[in-house]
Amino acid sequence: MVEHRDDFGSKLGMWLFLVTEILLFGGLFIAYSYMRARYPVEFHHAGAELNATLGVTNTFILLTSSLSMALGIVAMQRGQELWSRILVGCTVLLGLVFLCIKGVEWAAKFHHGLYPDSARILTLPQGERIFYGLYFSMTGLHGLHVIAGMGVLSVMLVMMLRGRIHPGHYTLLENGGLYWHLVDVIWIFLLPLFYLAA
Amino acid sequence: MDTSHPSTEHGHPGYGTFIAVWICLVVFTLVLVGLSHLGQGAAVWGLLTLTPLKAALVFYFFMHLRYEGPLLKGVVFVALGTLLIFFALMFSDVAFR
Amino acid sequence: MNSSTTSAGMGFLADEGPRRGLMAWLTSTDHKRIGILYLWSMLAFFMVGVGVGVLMRLVQLDTFHHLVTARTYNALFTVHGVIMIFLFVVPGLPAVFGNFFLPILIGAKDVAFPRLNLASWYFYIAGAILALLSLFTGGGAPDTGWTFYAPFSLQTGTNVTLAVFAAFVLGFSSMLTGINFITTIHRLRAPGMSWFRMPLFCWSLYSTSWIQILATPVLAITLILVMLERLFGIGIFDPTKGGDPLLYQHLFWIYSHPAVYIMILPAMGAISEIMPTFSRKPIFGYTAIAFSSMSIAGVGSLVWAHHMFTSGMSEFANMVFSLLTMIVAIPSAIKVFNWVSTLYKGSIDVQPPLFYALTFIFLFCIGGLTGVMQGALSINVHVHDTYFIVGHFHYVMFGGTGFAFFAALLYWFPKMFGRMYSKKLIIAAWFPLFVGFNMLYFGMLVLGMQGMPRRYYEHLPMFHAGHQVVTVGSWLLALGLVIYLVALIWAARKGPRAEGNPWGGVTLEWTLPSPPITENFEEIPVIDHGPYEFRKGGQHG
Repeated sequence: MVEHRDDFGSKLGMWLFLVTEILLFGGLFIAYSYMRARYPVEFHHAGAELNATLGVTNTFILLTSSLSMALGIVAMQRGQELWSRILVGCTVLLGLVFLCIKGVEWAAKFHHGLYPDSARILTLPQGERIFYGLYFSMTGLHGLHVIAGMGVLSVMLVMMLRGRIHPGHYTLLENGGLYWHLVDVIWIFLLPLFYLAA
Repeated sequence: MDTSHPSTEHGHPGYGTFIAVWICLVVFTLVLVGLSHLGQGAAVWGLLTLTPLKAALVFYFFMHLRYEGPLLKGVVFVALGTLLIFFALMFSDVAFR
Repeated sequence: MNSSTTSAGMGFLADEGPRRGLMAWLTSTDHKRIGILYLWSMLAFFMVGVGVGVLMRLVQLDTFHHLVTARTYNALFTVHGVIMIFLFVVPGLPAVFGNFFLPILIGAKDVAFPRLNLASWYFYIAGAILALLSLFTGGGAPDTGWTFYAPFSLQTGTNVTLAVFAAFVLGFSSMLTGINFITTIHRLRAPGMSWFRMPLFCWSLYSTSWIQILATPVLAITLILVMLERLFGIGIFDPTKGGDPLLYQHLFWIYSHPAVYIMILPAMGAISEIMPTFSRKPIFGYTAIAFSSMSIAGVGSLVWAHHMFTSGMSEFANMVFSLLTMIVAIPSAIKVFNWVSTLYKGSIDVQPPLFYALTFIFLFCIGGLTGVMQGALSINVHVHDTYFIVGHFHYVMFGGTGFAFFAALLYWFPKMFGRMYSKKLIIAAWFPLFVGFNMLYFGMLVLGMQGMPRRYYEHLPMFHAGHQVVTVGSWLLALGLVIYLVALIWAARKGPRAEGNPWGGVTLEWTLPSPPITENFEEIPVIDHGPYEFRKGGQHG
């Protein structure tokens, strides 16, 4: 095959992939709103049990990681490759911090006997069980996406170090960044749904 | 790699734009938290207004949608529109049961 | 794949790189080779599905009733559905003919992401292997029906988790293909190939790809939730834990109804290619067909809950979805009208592809009209979950997509393999196919009207005669399929060499040698006219 390069084409492909991600989580948001319409009171009670401080902290962390990602691309556009590497590295590290806090939060829930199908959860009203079922599914799936995003960005870092991504050709980095921002957007929705407005 | 590549700045936003957007995002988050202390009703209104606004900021600036042509904007529009219609049709069942 | 004895002039079919034989095929990113990989794997699964179907019909005869137990019967209809839906009709025409012909029809050398394209095929095969594994491992073959309805799918001890995961992986393959095709159509059209100069098959692939991207993820998340439910008991679909099976049905059909249009739209596209070629006349109503494809994709995504009229939705939702269902019939009818009008005053040449295409139109009309019947709430309540439904969707899926697949294969076979099949044998196969098909599925429509419920192992004596007719039909149908496939497999290996343009077509693929060279075009063509202009641009006057 003839080697041809179509930067816009690969960006279009990436956006189309993001569409599938939006619809994937969209299905979960539909499930959430369906169940919330059915159990408004129980969702309110169960939501009050979640640790909002951790949730809000994690929001700031992800927002900041998105910022460092966006700045990393600016640095790349300006030919400041060292800065770009540092900023993308920061993004990955912030992702790790996010996951650690998430782990602490989940561990506390497990410690209190709150996990799907646990003896304690089966004593709760039905609506609260569903709330926790959705909470674990949605934050869990989001966590997997954070891990995937960190993996993608780590590969980008390696490619930057090897000179495969450079100021003359950084579409891959942009695409990796798009993925990371989408993960951030999903969290932006998860925060109020579970921690604040439930 | 050498860093002597010509800077491709023209048309690209600078550091300042993104930092300003980030500040907006942080402020909106704080407002959301504040609203949630005012009670359920305020929290839900915050959810319905500020959250899409935050998402729009990320899409528009961080994800460079502002600087893209109509095609990519259209793609996002179709995705979100479809999702909205799914919600609406689903609630033709849920809300009238 | 083909005999390498006459590799001269065999185009992309001859090995070029360092690898030879099977390895050269399994590592090729050439869209044409990937299309043929899909073709053979798909036909293999199709024949397995046919075998299971024939066995199911056999069980409804008294003599063979005790061939399988009731539980095995449940597994049989599940496996038949999963194989036919996820391994044959959903990937169906896009994966085979879309891959092979989309780049050629728009004047490109390959799809936008060739390696991703090969990866899609591997996802497809991985999903197929997982699906087959689910039959023999764990608690045995799933017995839920292909819809995996909760709460039964959550409670049954059979291997639903793995089967559901297989469907998830297959969905991934489908999404990647969709992304690839949309990017290809946007980015790789030849100079002068404007949107309205694209052949209609490309339009249908474009709209199909959009549904694949927008709807498949919803299925993916639904299946993930079923897996989480079975593994961890999160409770969302489980009524004993406060969950709601209706939510499952909503989420499932948000994908699975648009999936019906993923299946039928490319079929309609292929028919829109065949009709003008054998009428020697531009297609009637090009823009109407192009836009009807897009509107089918749009409106078709909004009708999912017509599968749930008897499930206990709100009356309001029933009315909304019934109305939307009636609306989606309009663009389909526009297409049928345009195909038939294309024949009017054309110079009709009845070759095998046209023969099968006309059969498609006839069978699709029956399928479509029985669909409109069920869209009406008053009828739906009575025929829901009867053989009427089974007959209806086989008319659409098999009579529609299946026959369009056969027609498209006959149309493009000489281009793909560089060889011609025996036209007599193919016409001979048509008679048992057509007669058997109608005995089988029209019989089902009648049985359903009489009240025979679907998926039942036993039946009342009053349905006896009907079941006998239907089962005999299944034998004839299977016979026709065997003749058809044997004729084609023989032709692929030993058939006489085909010329570049055996049908007198004017779209771009017919300007190439048969089979095309690896790069498709030695020089990217410049397009200055529409796709079906038989006088100005074509070779035939």
